[in-house]
Amino acid sequence: MELNEKDFNYPLYSQTSEIDIEEGDVINKMKRENVDEIPVDDLSSNDELKKSAFVTSVDFLLNWARKSSIFPAQFGLACCAFEMIASAASRFDLARFGAERFSASPRQADLMIVAGTVTWKMAPAIRTMYDQMSDPKWVISMCVCATSGGPYYDSYSVVPGVNKIVPVDVYVPGCPPRPDALLYGLMQLHEKIRRYSLKGKSAGNND
Amino acid sequence: MTKELTGNEIKSTLNENYYSLIDSVEVDHIVLKNEKEKLLSFFENLKNEKKFNLLSSVTSVDFLSKFVVVYHFTSIEKNESLVIKIPCGESRTEPSVLSITSVWRGAELQEREIYDLMGIYFDNHPNMKRLLLWENFDGHPLRKDFVN
Repeated sequence: MELNEKDFNYPLYSQTSEIDIEEGDVINKMKRENVDEIPVDDLSSNDELKKSAFVTSVDFLLNWARKSSIFPAQFGLACCAFEMIASAASRFDLARFGAERFSASPRQADLMIVAGTVTWKMAPAIRTMYDQMSDPKWVISMCVCATSGGPYYDSYSVVPGVNKIVPVDVYVPGCPPRPDALLYGLMQLHEKIRRYSLKGKSAGNND
Repeated sequence: MTKELTGNEIKSTLNENYYSLIDSVEVDHIVLKNEKEKLLSFFENLKNEKKFNLLSSVTSVDFLSKFVVVYHFTSIEKNESLVIKIPCGESRTEPSVLSITSVWRGAELQEREIYDLMGIYFDNHPNMKRLLLWENFDGHPLRKDFVN
């Protein structure tokens, strides 16, 4: 096959776009400037005393540890559970706030998110689950159904507020609340936990 | 589309032996008398002879003066459907009607639900107890005079 001269555009640089030229400049600049080795922190001759001593209050440290690792119980009752799942999934990512994973067992959970309508038939199970959780433990009432019965208020089968069954620390309104609202509720819980003191009432035990 | 029989068509569909059971013929349904001795053979006839082999639903209505149980039947073979209503007497304490679980097995849970929420008792039901609510629940919540 004979190559036609029209198939090629001469000279070559007429095809080179601006962005390629900029990329080449960046590479040339890095190659020119990055000659010396970049130093890192040398810990080989570290002073043990400086490393060990650390001044803080016990309350602050304890509360910081508690609020930074609240693991919720894996437990949803109604439509709100989907918002809770969405909060845990990648887009909203509850793990950023220390609620790293949802516990499959209430015995490993610190936080119960009551997500959905609580019926009287479900009430004994919720109370049992709350009792199974180890201290310190907290409860978020997520959505208007769990908070007051919501649209089912005065119904024969719905509990008029989950706070009749378990002590509730934070109420998140909405029907259902967006994941943002649940995240904000979790941050409010952090704020509450920050205020506990060893001298006062023991943390997360409302009984 | 399934043809919905009118009251007169339902009457002409039925066996003439059971005409004495009919209380009244309405526009789109018939009302039967609550005679428990004859009703079982009537329903067996409806299923086996008239081929209304699918029980679409059993439900009930509270008129305050009386309770009415409503049956929706469908014949897949004939592609027809009909509605039968049976009033359960004047009593508000113990209204009762005959269970059709022995004819259509699918009626069992629906009749239990009616007993649970409306308080209508079904005679000869194999397992007449509450379905949705818990035992010892006070009253039947779908009754019009139910107060929470």
